[in-house]
Amino acid sequence: MLKMEDVTKTYNHRRPAVDVLSDVNLKIAREDFVSIVGPSGSGKSTLLLMLGGMLSPSAGRVEIDGESIYDLAPDKRAAFRGRKIGFVFQTFNLVPYLSALENVQMPLFLAGFNEQEQKKRAVRLLERFGLGDRLEHKPCELSVGQQQRVAFARMLANDPSLILADEPTGSLDPETSAQVVGFLEKMNQDGRTVVMVTHDPRVAARAKRTLRLSGGRIISYVSTTNLSAAA
Amino acid sequence: MRLRKLVWKELFERKSQVITGLLAILLGITVIVAIKNITFYSEKAVAQELDALGANILILPKSATLQNYYSADMQGEEFPQEYVERLTQSNLQGVDNLSPKLSVPVEVEGRGFTFTGILPKNEFQAKAMWQEAGIFSRPQGCGTVVNLPGLTPTQPKETLVRTRVIDSLDSSEALVGSDVASALRVKTADSLSVMGKTFTVAAVLPQTGTVDDSRIFANLRTVQQLSGKGAVVNVIEIVGCCDQISKGLVSKINGLLPEAKVVTITQVVDTQIKTNRMMSNLSMVFLSVIVLVGGAGIANYMYGNVHERRGEIGTLMALGAGSRFILGMFLLKALLLGLAGGIAGYVLGTVLAVILGPKIAGVVVLPMPTLILWAVGVSVFITVVASYFPAVRATRLDPCATLQEV
Repeated sequence: MLKMEDVTKTYNHRRPAVDVLSDVNLKIAREDFVSIVGPSGSGKSTLLLMLGGMLSPSAGRVEIDGESIYDLAPDKRAAFRGRKIGFVFQTFNLVPYLSALENVQMPLFLAGFNEQEQKKRAVRLLERFGLGDRLEHKPCELSVGQQQRVAFARMLANDPSLILADEPTGSLDPETSAQVVGFLEKMNQDGRTVVMVTHDPRVAARAKRTLRLSGGRIISYVSTTNLSAAA
Repeated sequence: MRLRKLVWKELFERKSQVITGLLAILLGITVIVAIKNITFYSEKAVAQELDALGANILILPKSATLQNYYSADMQGEEFPQEYVERLTQSNLQGVDNLSPKLSVPVEVEGRGFTFTGILPKNEFQAKAMWQEAGIFSRPQGCGTVVNLPGLTPTQPKETLVRTRVIDSLDSSEALVGSDVASALRVKTADSLSVMGKTFTVAAVLPQTGTVDDSRIFANLRTVQQLSGKGAVVNVIEIVGCCDQISKGLVSKINGLLPEAKVVTITQVVDTQIKTNRMMSNLSMVFLSVIVLVGGAGIANYMYGNVHERRGEIGTLMALGAGSRFILGMFLLKALLLGLAGGIAGYVLGTVLAVILGPKIAGVVVLPMPTLILWAVGVSVFITVVASYFPAVRATRLDPCATLQEV
């Protein structure tokens, strides 16, 4: 269960202060698949990163499985993140000087697995994503779709229960995009909670629920089926 | 995957940046290693030169001047021979030999010479250059403690003859300088009349190019008797160990003999000493420069590296990396850079020293393996300290901002 209680995020870098999120209250059930939509600057990515323990709120409380993550010390929060949360980024964020195999090994290394176990798990994951023949390739030697699959393999390395995806199809062609949403659906069917930020209504429609943000506030949070019916 | 592998791969990913970042520190270490290497051998050369001069400390009457080292005893002033006893009873460290002398001008066959009374054994042991005669030797264990390349230390030679001559230089024996021998056409075993006394020439000394070539040496007591001056001497030559001279032997002797003038012959190697001092000062200047410029260069490189990799840092944080991991990643990189800079600087500096040493300081320079510890230590210290603040900055990056920038 994900829970946000009276969460506000204010940026004070420049005057006047800007409220990116205001009094957000939200509950996301385990094994749910939620898409977050809204115009640029509405606070979608901020909300997602906050759920991932990457950005502390100015006020309010964020809980994951009953644990108030911003009450944890930064290093404990990092470990918690590594254990429970998997991120999918729009630009994949693969480490450019590491091979596909090493990129997938990275979260396993950070979680304390020995090198042998890291390799074993990473190879299995990459093979599952059809990249068994690309283990030693660097990101620049892979196609965009292959890079995205490496990113998915890396994200799944520590078997996270929560997947946070920030515009996962933003830079992909329709075919690869459909493949990526398919992956997310599959992961959700496997029992993981998926929260995805997207601009694409067709991608958003594949989620179970849609949360609409505007000006840092939740405008609606409804079942996608209901949304489709209303349309 | 290991942290070391991660850092290593990143270093090779940005080779040109690494080289540029290391350049200042590499050059600094190179120059300091070269200077330290040359200075070490130059200082040893000074020590050896002082050692090779034989007597390197002179005790003279208070009013004497040191116009010429080799004729310092010919200024007509004397002091009591009792000073020798004071020195021998003092147990001063570093006095390897004492050689009291009394010199008087004499005329032999119408030519003027210097008639010098010596205590034979001490006198000959104090004169290293006379070892070339093959019959005298000076004591071992004095002065330099290392052998310098290109300068072969004089080995003690056959001492049988020396012992005989020194021990048996009685009141009727004399040693003559090379000029005296050629002017008077005398050779070993000839007779020579000086101040009304007939001496047997025990040996003709080889040419030294100094006023000693015009001397006739006899037993000190004989000269004192013939000149009617009593138990006095003009000079006491001392073979002082060089390391003890640098530790203040001269001032200790001064304290023991306040009525006399004690001088050391550092002016003989003054140029080299000045060069060494300059090199030592230069070394300190370069050390300051390297700390400032090299440190600033590394800090600048590291800040740039942190900025360039903020997306990667954000990603690692998202994957579960804590601040300690990020800090360790940058400090390990700094350590590797320091090691590389230190080792490369040592190698380049040593090559430079070996090539330039003979030209700058006139000494042969050999590699000094101990300097590698120094070079690596300084280099690692600078890179790690200079990288600490950029590394801390990396741990404090806002992962949200870095991810959104990507």
